[in-house]
Amino acid sequence: MDPANLPSMSPPPRQPSRSTSRDLERYAGLFARRTRVMKSSAMRDMMAITARPEVISLAGGLPDTSTFPPETFAAAAARIAEESCAKALQYGPTDGLAETKDCIAEVMEAEGMRVDPEDLMVTTGGQQVLDLVAKTLIDPGDVIVAEGPSYPGALNAFKAYEADVVQIDMDADGMRVDLMEEALHRLERDGRRPKFIYTVPSFQNPGGVTMSASRRRRLVEVAHERELLVLEDNPYGLLRYEGEAPEPLYAIDGGVFVMYLGTFSKIFSPGMRLGWVVAPPPVLEKIEFGKQEADLCTSTLSQLMVQAYFEIGDWRAYVDSLTEVYRARRDAMLEALGEHFPAQAEWTRPAGGLFVWVTLPDFIDTTDLLALALRDNVAFVPGEGAFVDGRGRNAMRLNFSASSEDQIREGIRRIGEVIREQVGLYGTLTGEQPGFAAAARAAAEGVAAKAAEESARGAPDEAPGGDAQDGGRVVRLPRRSGANRRAGGA
Amino acid sequence: MTRVAVLKGGRSLERGVSLRSGARVEDALGRLGHEVVPIDVGLDLIRRLESLAPEVAFVALHGRDGEDGTIQELLEIVGLPYTGSGVLACSRAVDKVLTKHLLIEAGLPTPPFFSFTQTAFRELGAAEALPAIEERLAFPIVVKPSSQGSALGIKFARTAEDVPAALVAAFSYDGRVLLERHVAGRDLAVSVLDGPAGPQALPVVEAVPREEDFYDFEARYEIGRTAFVCPAELGSELTERAHELALATYALLGCRGFARIDLMLSGEGELFVLEANPIPGLTDTSLLPQAADAAGIGFDDLIGRILELALAPA
Repeated sequence: MDPANLPSMSPPPRQPSRSTSRDLERYAGLFARRTRVMKSSAMRDMMAITARPEVISLAGGLPDTSTFPPETFAAAAARIAEESCAKALQYGPTDGLAETKDCIAEVMEAEGMRVDPEDLMVTTGGQQVLDLVAKTLIDPGDVIVAEGPSYPGALNAFKAYEADVVQIDMDADGMRVDLMEEALHRLERDGRRPKFIYTVPSFQNPGGVTMSASRRRRLVEVAHERELLVLEDNPYGLLRYEGEAPEPLYAIDGGVFVMYLGTFSKIFSPGMRLGWVVAPPPVLEKIEFGKQEADLCTSTLSQLMVQAYFEIGDWRAYVDSLTEVYRARRDAMLEALGEHFPAQAEWTRPAGGLFVWVTLPDFIDTTDLLALALRDNVAFVPGEGAFVDGRGRNAMRLNFSASSEDQIREGIRRIGEVIREQVGLYGTLTGEQPGFAAAARAAAEGVAAKAAEESARGAPDEAPGGDAQDGGRVVRLPRRSGANRRAGGA
Repeated sequence: MTRVAVLKGGRSLERGVSLRSGARVEDALGRLGHEVVPIDVGLDLIRRLESLAPEVAFVALHGRDGEDGTIQELLEIVGLPYTGSGVLACSRAVDKVLTKHLLIEAGLPTPPFFSFTQTAFRELGAAEALPAIEERLAFPIVVKPSSQGSALGIKFARTAEDVPAALVAAFSYDGRVLLERHVAGRDLAVSVLDGPAGPQALPVVEAVPREEDFYDFEARYEIGRTAFVCPAELGSELTERAHELALATYALLGCRGFARIDLMLSGEGELFVLEANPIPGLTDTSLLPQAADAAGIGFDDLIGRILELALAPA
């Protein structure tokens, strides 16, 4: 329409400015308050380099999809084309296809859980569950209790709803449920009631530790006593490399207060973007409304792919093959850590999953260490993002699922070298033996007694964590701030 | 229409920012009617420049290799005109220690400092000089790597106990670090843009942290955590003084095309030059585009002008 023909009462059409240099500033006034926590950082920028091919990245959390047989993929796709093409191209029910729910029930049964398909909803990856649960339960300022360290992707999802995340320390047996009870008590005294407890009890991301059976039972008891919801995030439960699996929280609780998050990402494919949530019916109903608002339904094509795959292929055998591959990679990493990391470093010994959590002396900031590591073409995730309160600066997460054993050994060797460089420099600057100081301090605090002993003896050749019985090294946390400190999400 | 190679990315720690700068520059060049050839710089740089045969290179790289004279040297060798400062100015500006020595020699104000190489600590026992330094600078002391362009590796040491860890952090980025007296006050940036009438100082930008992130350098250039005021409310005298200092620094280092000079205004009303950035960010939130905009020079005009300067006979 020619603007000249507009009725005279209309305002003159606005000319969009050609220059866009200040777009973000211009829009900044329109952003919602919650976007203030969605920020970039120099560290995130630095991670841009890890995508370069010459970098050995122990930073990601990717499963190795190269081991999936392409012929199985082709057969599943062909089957969908033949039998359910129109359905695959169509919208589906918000809660998911019945046939996919059957596959989910099968996966949960493999981990000792019985679930009524009525009580579960298929989601677009596990990540969507984190978003939907927070969306359903969290008003700004509400409290979520989580492990410290926690999966940064969960913290970000929670912070987007302006949740106040309270993090509970862990040790080799997972979250310190006793400390959690203390924190709950403190919150209650302050007149604050948490909405839910978020936990990755098995092969925790990023901690790598698994919650003991007794703590699991106590956690569920506490949930019942206090009528608190628990969100059990279990993406790696089936990727177990040794030992017996403790009962999932969901199985202990029977679905009264425990909500369960599962995913096909680590046992089949993250590219499918398929996860699920199990929750008590009234909660699930609300979550389902949220899902409808968010994306109407999960990809029908993906859901049918899973179903076809479960019928054509042997998913258990594939998970077993992944387990073999990852176990060897984990062993390579633990061995390399023992060989190349200095005595001042401590790390967890995961019995499954994808990650090892390493704690370094306090004077090392792992974001700066990453810069040095990138110089040598190796990457890890600095620990800072796993805390809401600035802790974790001397920690790192290492992934062993996405690199070959040779790459892992070489990557760990290079990281070990840059750590030694910093430890040596610190010793030069202070004139002290940092190893001795760290050991003395650790012993004084009565934590990591075994690790302290090792450090004091300076036994770098001792295998990390010793036997599986002692649960490996504890998830030692920086002492800079008090335990269970709270940090605002707003 | 000119065939312009936009050089971006690379291996620098500021790769992420550079990719964003590059993308914005490419958009602007496209709107100005130029033919854009984006290049993520790597081992094949020379080969790609030869096969793509651009008429000029727009250097949208930040940090190591891009901003320190390395790329500029290569472009000189292949005989391709390029935007921004030349080898010498980049080499001077990227080195904060050298910049500060030049400033002092020229009588321009910069906070007192001491600088050390890692070798000095490892082999010459420089650690024993730390107490004397701490006494002369007084706490808090800012510890920074000499050649890192972004906020990475910059730490505050509030007490003597903080110094060793701060040094370890800074040495992660460079073999040379400086310990600088902290000037408490207002954080200012003056961008300089060349033009027909010679270099022109653009309106002063002030970075005002929104939260109590006073010691958090990272927050300073983050949208949402820092408010940018442009032109900064300084009064005409201080503004003029800031412009003078920026232009003098620009000339001292031998910059060409454009640059950003970072200043501190102390509580006592004194201005200090902190550092110069020969290729400041050209992203949505970068300070140079904001300053140009405040001066009535839109982003496309800014990019067009920087390109023209590269093509103009020296």
